[in-house]
Amino acid sequence: MPKLKINGIEVDVAPGASVLQACEQLGIEIPRFCYHDRLSVAGNCRMCLVEIEKSPKPMASCALPAAEGMVVRTDTPSVQKSRRGVMEMLLINHPLDCPICDQGGECDLQDQAMAYGFDRGRYEEDKRAVKDKDLGPLIKTVMTRCIQCTRCIRFADEIAGASELGAFGRGENMEIGTYISRAVTSELSGNLIDVCPVGALTSRPYAFRARPWELVKTETIDVMDAVGSNIRVDARGQEVLRVLPRLHEEVNEEWISDKTRFACDGLRRQRLDQPYRRNAEGRLVPCAWPEALSAVTRQMQGLPGAALAAIAGDLCAVEEVFALKVLMQSLGSPWTECRQDGAQYDASVRAGYLFNSGIAGIGQADVILLVGTNPRHEAPLVNARIRKRWRAGGVKIGLVGEKVDLTYPVQHLGAGPRALEDIMQGRNPFAALLRGAKNPMMILGAGALARKDGASIHFRMRQFAESLGLVREGWNGFNVLQLAAGRAGALDLGFVPAGGKGLADIYKAAESGQTGLVYLLGADEIDTGRLGRAFVVYQGHHGDKGAERADVILPGAAYTEKNALYVNTEGRVQAARRAVFPPGQAREDWKILRALSESVGRKLAFDSHAQLRKMLTQMVPHFARLDEKPVASWAAFGRDGVVDPVPFTLPVRNFHQTDVISRASVTMAECVAAFNAPAREAAE
Amino acid sequence: MQDSDRIFTNLHGFHDWRLAGACARGVWSNTRDLIALGRGRIIAEVRDSGLRGRGGAGFSTGMKWGFMPQLGERPHYLVINADEGEPGTCKDRDIMRFDPHRLLEGALCASFAVGAHVCYIYVRGEFVNEAKALQAAIDEAVEARLLGPNACGSGWDLDVYVHRGAGAYICGEESALIESLEGKKGQPRNKPPFPANIGLYACPTIVNNVETIAVVPEILRRGHAWFAGIGREKNTGTKIFCISGHVNAPCNVEDAMGVPLKELIEKHAGGVRGGWDHLLAVIPGGSSTPVLPREICDTVRMDFDSLRAVQSGLGTAGVIVMDKSTDIIAAIARLSAFYKHESCGQCTPCREGTGWLMRVMGRMVAGRAELREIDMLLDVTKEIEGHTICALGEAAAWPVQGLIRHFRPVLEERILQYRKRAA
Repeated sequence: MPKLKINGIEVDVAPGASVLQACEQLGIEIPRFCYHDRLSVAGNCRMCLVEIEKSPKPMASCALPAAEGMVVRTDTPSVQKSRRGVMEMLLINHPLDCPICDQGGECDLQDQAMAYGFDRGRYEEDKRAVKDKDLGPLIKTVMTRCIQCTRCIRFADEIAGASELGAFGRGENMEIGTYISRAVTSELSGNLIDVCPVGALTSRPYAFRARPWELVKTETIDVMDAVGSNIRVDARGQEVLRVLPRLHEEVNEEWISDKTRFACDGLRRQRLDQPYRRNAEGRLVPCAWPEALSAVTRQMQGLPGAALAAIAGDLCAVEEVFALKVLMQSLGSPWTECRQDGAQYDASVRAGYLFNSGIAGIGQADVILLVGTNPRHEAPLVNARIRKRWRAGGVKIGLVGEKVDLTYPVQHLGAGPRALEDIMQGRNPFAALLRGAKNPMMILGAGALARKDGASIHFRMRQFAESLGLVREGWNGFNVLQLAAGRAGALDLGFVPAGGKGLADIYKAAESGQTGLVYLLGADEIDTGRLGRAFVVYQGHHGDKGAERADVILPGAAYTEKNALYVNTEGRVQAARRAVFPPGQAREDWKILRALSESVGRKLAFDSHAQLRKMLTQMVPHFARLDEKPVASWAAFGRDGVVDPVPFTLPVRNFHQTDVISRASVTMAECVAAFNAPAREAAE
Repeated sequence: MQDSDRIFTNLHGFHDWRLAGACARGVWSNTRDLIALGRGRIIAEVRDSGLRGRGGAGFSTGMKWGFMPQLGERPHYLVINADEGEPGTCKDRDIMRFDPHRLLEGALCASFAVGAHVCYIYVRGEFVNEAKALQAAIDEAVEARLLGPNACGSGWDLDVYVHRGAGAYICGEESALIESLEGKKGQPRNKPPFPANIGLYACPTIVNNVETIAVVPEILRRGHAWFAGIGREKNTGTKIFCISGHVNAPCNVEDAMGVPLKELIEKHAGGVRGGWDHLLAVIPGGSSTPVLPREICDTVRMDFDSLRAVQSGLGTAGVIVMDKSTDIIAAIARLSAFYKHESCGQCTPCREGTGWLMRVMGRMVAGRAELREIDMLLDVTKEIEGHTICALGEAAAWPVQGLIRHFRPVLEERILQYRKRAA
């Protein structure tokens, strides 16, 4: 523990810490541009210069390791003068177009110029101008504003694993670009906007939309995948304008995926803002709430419980699933299902469907086996964690399933269940690696579970994990990577049919006419063509596949419009907060279900959100423990059966459009056009 | 200095540069015995000889070698800096052209001393013939088993590789050179860590100038006392001076450290064009060192400390002589343009500041400036100096500082003249 003295105050720092970090520990602010906590140190902006005793020159504190006995000063006139000098240099070729710059109001250069700069410039020569680069539909560039800090290059290289940015030219003529003028192909590219300290890289969809001081900021949780990224939703009036990441070391660090960030324009389009009812001509017509509710009530009351089915969708919060479950139970229906992808795995043991090691646990793994998954598309932040682990060195990564382009090297071990069998029987050398590993880890994707034989695969993977030592005291390397934000919560509530039945059985019952009414709670990823002649109620927020098939539509609230709980793939319960109100006559989902329950004469026993939460936590106590990574106890799960040797396929082909919100988003559609169309160059 | 003290006996290429000729001049004569001295003794000899790096900074070579860690798992590297780019300097070029074996013998001794089995010679891109000569010499030496496995029968294996740069001045900076050698963009690294700890491929690396390495075998052969006896205290040994500009006979010459500048010019370079009284100024150590006016040139001695005492530097000992026909402002403005062109662009003060200096200097040449801008210019050089990752910041700042220090009246007069003409 080196001990050093900063401005006369002694401080102990961790070995390897830089002088800048030591200063931060004491709460001494050091201005910086190029330095970023999570990126390698470049030391090129020179803003963080400090005085070191016995050193003839000021030193860049970000690149200087704190050493025993060092005497640092950050408050001398010479330090102030160096900062002022560097600031002046940074500004001579900066356009000072703050009034028309989207970074205005949240710009590091602006803030630090105020704090450390001159109040006038002495540079009277012509300024440099730099041609803008085309980085695709998400990132707007004004390269004249660039201060060459290279944060974007380092982010792309190190975190995103897409080494597509670089610095060209030298001296004054140094420019950041992609060389071949192509959009940055990373699912994390939006973070470039956050790491850019100036207005060189800004959000294209958000361009000229608002100033930061006009926005109401709400800290909440993302639902675009099952990671549960912590986000901040910025809204003006009733409009969500942008989504930014929030720091959570164990979940998303400080990054979010492009879908999380940019799909928010989908919240404004295709919205269901009033109830609809299908009339005699078979057309959906707007109606009032009482009319819609009574139409549903009539249908429900005319049917026995066994003829009712309910399917909960991917974006559902815990509250509404809970309300629906209680209602269906009271009506006597055995048919509740949340596994829209048709997965049949056993949901009776919590450890069987969670990411037990935790996302942060990837950092401790030394052998990782990916099964039937492409984490890059299914959970970009999990993928970023694996890349981070790989960069730290000393990890072997294997893949069973479709060969995919990941951001780290993987050893492809086979395409399907046979390869897994080989490993389990020790016929593949990877088995020895897993067995010999300190913290072996397996990530089981929906590609392996969402199949007809999913239950058998689930069972065998448990055997696999047990026999290869993935599960032991203090470490659980059995991980299921869920795809949907609402899935783990619904499974926690047991929103699955009893007796190992699944979605296929609901289809069968509906097609045969046994099921008279299907209640779709935001369920759009199912095959709506297989619901037979059943009366379909769709409760949700977007006019998508579910609403199209519906006989009655009850407009609900999207994730930014309700206070609700979500459980991420780790089993971490997190609270989302309302940023805006649901549009028009749309209502929070639990309220709709509460109203419906009263209408059908099975009144739910809560009148407020607080009462609902209380009842919920009485039934499932862990919902009260917010933001804890649970340790789910290991137990036997699954049932053996025949395993089909066909290879695993991937559930997510189109990363940018996986749910109703991203499908409604114009920005996401532009991304599909820019990134998914083969050989099309975004710059042309 | 006696002629017998000269190390570079074929500096002017009058003799055969190939192996046979080199051996006739004593190169490779007892290299095996030199290595038999052992690592500690070699480093001690070099340290006690007082040899200071010939690449410009003048750091003690023996001390630098002493910073190398003990041989461990990581390989050690010796990198020889032959990216001689400093305007006014051409000594390494002539060593590689006319005495490459002396360099290779030094490479072997130095590699052994720092524990390197691989030595890279990073040759400036423009030096096509020099790289060819060097490669030919390496081939000869390998053929004669002077290099390669069990080099010279010393028991030490050494492979020497020539790597050609692409002609960037900044790649002469040791850490930028390492980056370039690794195949990356030539941009200096932050120090610490120093190359002796984390250098080429993150392994312990010593980067030395061609001339530094080339004198090592002679020091070992004749003993540190001999080398230390030449020159002045703390500025020992012989040094190649490159005299260019307004002299009657521009030349490279090896003389003792501390030789008076006037003697150097008059004795070896045929004197200043039009006589000593026609001298305006001298840049004593390559383009980056501050210019000295005639009054100082009369008496100054050519060594690290004497030149530092007059606020200049020995640098690479590229002596650029300018007589009174020179437009000193234009001369320095040209250097500012050079440093603007060669700035790597990595760190702020240099990237932005060199362009600023160049533009203001451009106006100063015409006199299209305000008098107060002279002080502003000086202030800008101070904002660059000492705030950059590498020494290019200083290199860009010093010529302008030297100009303002010694020729302020010329700048002022130019401005006033312009103003008069414009009015």
